[in-house]
Amino acid sequence: MKRPKKKVYATCGFNTISLGTGRREFHPKKPRPGLEYYIQEAGKGVIAQMNDPENIDEGVIGNFMAARFNKQGNLAALIPTIHPSLEFKPHTRVEGACGSGGLALLTSVKSIASELSDVVLTIGVEVQNTYKAIYGADILGGAGHYLSQRKNGHAYFFPGQFSDRAGACYDKFGYEHMRKGMACWYKQAVENARRNPKAQEYHNTAEDLFALGMTPPNPKVFVDHLNVYDCSKVSDGASALLFCSEEGLKKIGIDKKDAIEVVGFGIAVADVTKLPEDLTIMDTTKKAVEKAYNMSGLGPQDIGVLELHDCFTIGGILALEATGFCKYGEASGFVQDGKTNFNSEISTNSTGGLIGFGHYTGGTGVRQAADCVHQLTEKAGNCQVKLNPDKPYALMISMGGNDRTVTAMIFRRAE
Amino acid sequence: MDFDQRLHNVTIIGAAGKMGSGISLLLAAEMAKAKNRPENKGSSYRLNLIDIKDEAMDGLWNYMQAQLTKIGEKSTVFLRDMYKNRENLVENFDIIPQFVSDALSVIRMGTDLNMAKNSKVIFEAVLENKDLKVDLLKKLDSLCPDDTLYLTNTSSIPINVLNDEANLGGRIIGFHFYNPPVVQRLAELISCDKTTSELKEFSNELAKRLRKVIVPANDIAGFIGNGHFLRDGLYAISEAKRLAGDFTLAGGIYVMDKVSRDLLVRPMGIFQLIDYVGVDVYQCISETVDSYIEGEDLKDDLLQKMVDKKVLGGQMADGSQKDGFLKYEKGRPAGVYDLDKSEYKMFDPDGWSGEVDRKLGEYPDGFYPWRKLLIDLKKNDKLSGFFNNLKSTDTLGAKLALAYLKNSKEIGQKLVDSKVANSAEDVNAVLLNGFYHLYGPINNYI
Repeated sequence: MKRPKKKVYATCGFNTISLGTGRREFHPKKPRPGLEYYIQEAGKGVIAQMNDPENIDEGVIGNFMAARFNKQGNLAALIPTIHPSLEFKPHTRVEGACGSGGLALLTSVKSIASELSDVVLTIGVEVQNTYKAIYGADILGGAGHYLSQRKNGHAYFFPGQFSDRAGACYDKFGYEHMRKGMACWYKQAVENARRNPKAQEYHNTAEDLFALGMTPPNPKVFVDHLNVYDCSKVSDGASALLFCSEEGLKKIGIDKKDAIEVVGFGIAVADVTKLPEDLTIMDTTKKAVEKAYNMSGLGPQDIGVLELHDCFTIGGILALEATGFCKYGEASGFVQDGKTNFNSEISTNSTGGLIGFGHYTGGTGVRQAADCVHQLTEKAGNCQVKLNPDKPYALMISMGGNDRTVTAMIFRRAE
Repeated sequence: MDFDQRLHNVTIIGAAGKMGSGISLLLAAEMAKAKNRPENKGSSYRLNLIDIKDEAMDGLWNYMQAQLTKIGEKSTVFLRDMYKNRENLVENFDIIPQFVSDALSVIRMGTDLNMAKNSKVIFEAVLENKDLKVDLLKKLDSLCPDDTLYLTNTSSIPINVLNDEANLGGRIIGFHFYNPPVVQRLAELISCDKTTSELKEFSNELAKRLRKVIVPANDIAGFIGNGHFLRDGLYAISEAKRLAGDFTLAGGIYVMDKVSRDLLVRPMGIFQLIDYVGVDVYQCISETVDSYIEGEDLKDDLLQKMVDKKVLGGQMADGSQKDGFLKYEKGRPAGVYDLDKSEYKMFDPDGWSGEVDRKLGEYPDGFYPWRKLLIDLKKNDKLSGFFNNLKSTDTLGAKLALAYLKNSKEIGQKLVDSKVANSAEDVNAVLLNGFYHLYGPINNYI
């Protein structure tokens, strides 16, 4: 895609709690808020930060599988439930599996860049605790190709897919070496989440996270090459933010210093009927990131805040290579050396990431962008990383399926 | 006759009871799996579930359906493989209900003992009453083929007695599941002198297929599990009575339940466990074992008093506890029975129970509740550290706990010395796998 002629800004990010196992208030047998609640909470959280919601021109909502998780379609029509001023405005729902949030961002950016709108309310939501994990696995399995892959896939379909990736990495780079990196990733995710009161692992008090992360995979109860700590959990939640033109920012009364600017983006979509050629590489992610780097003229050396799509520890590690922070085969060592920790070489997933914060699948991409707003405008509270003036950019990756539908986006603080 | 042939027709008597329903469930799941093996294609499987009341059978059907679904949800990896050639079964949403349906389809329920007449394997899980069991076994033996095998779930009656009185010629074995049979990993197998080798082999193979940890026990009343539990509970009762002077009897029961749960790091306190099993069942076990064991008093009048007042404990259909020695709210003890007043004395942290807690003293450093340590990879180190601190703590609670630990160890050792158990490891295995303890009674912590 071409670089937009018009500047596009993002602001007023808001995340709900990521609710699911691990949160003290979560009880699988007690009633919980539904889809509307989360959409409304996230939307109202944004509106509370702007002046008149009448200034919102349109809404975009990213969601993966509400049709099955909640038996609800027509999600765009839930946007007017947020505020009466949103009634009769143009709203759109987009879907790209766990990368739905990324597509919602991109769709919003297109609207601003094309000058069709000045202010877009962008929402991402998923409410997944409606089914036990064993059935949720079927629903999420829709991110792969049903006809050719589901029958022979694992009971836990996606953990199975990334287990295959982990297994290929064990063969190539050594079991111990990879597992240590994955355990360090888990440890880092939970440690970051403990600084974030909205994170699913905020209440996690386990003492030896590394030891838990090193738990040997047990194919009898789960998949061949991953343990449960390698996986993001089942989550309910939503995120929202605004995309604006320069005029849009003025209209809603937001100062530029409280906004971030989209300086580059890229999207790459691969054939879902095919499996990855080399399981040790995330080439679709690589393509999407290259496009974003090319559009912005930037590279990994410029990035100070990194948001990767770690639905599985191995996915986070492989994404470090796909985004160019490590050479092929070196990411596990990079993580073990603590270089992705909070306020280290490249602060990665500093609010917990998918494993620590939680992964309300269709909403995660929006959550990542909202967190980028918070970080770059220095409103991230306890999760605030020390920003390095030489690396003023944030990069985020939103991935759907097994490296199939990937959106990359680069931001910096508006000036 | 080989294992699989015998499995074609199985009967469970007392199927609606707590143990019987659990055994029924395990067997139904196992038979559904057997039915789906390619080599067994087309052959019929029957699981007859017999109990005395029709109403109980309705509840049993619902229980089986719900629990089979849970089993299916937990073994989906296996089931996907089992159904791999069924093209129409793609998602877990398709596979789990198919398994439930396959398992339910082997079941026939009823109140007529004649249903068992073609069974080659019969599980007996009726009340713990010798005469009832003998009478039933005799009836079945006259009804069923001459080579039918009998597996009794008795937890206290010597197998020899049942074999001789029902005249079964060694076609009986003690196959003792623990409560609840689906959860507890233990199968305590008790052969009598005459138990046939075929039955021993069958039982071993069945326990293996059900993925149970097998511990052999010798044919002495109470065996290992109840041999320990009975004496452990009677000790707690005697301690509660001793403490009654300072705390009242209800206070003593409160103390011993708390000490045995917290300071011994067990899943539940001893009085809660007695309630869980049922005060009447526990009393029955006590009477039975006492009648067979000489030179040891294994009865206590407190049990009869509770039974007389109809304060019996036990479990609801959903597994939650009924009130017994303790009163339960949201699954936790919230009060203790006062025999004199025939009512529950509710815990009162600002009043009497808070006062008792202060007298017991602070818990030593390194205390973790059972649930926390259960999933802790370093639980052995932590237990060792905690028990060391316990030994050097000079509080009433620590003293009671230490004495309790020592007594529990002595009970364990006695089971080995009196040849109930073949080894200390076997005693420990029973407590670890049948009672969910984190450590065996015969240990080096004390």
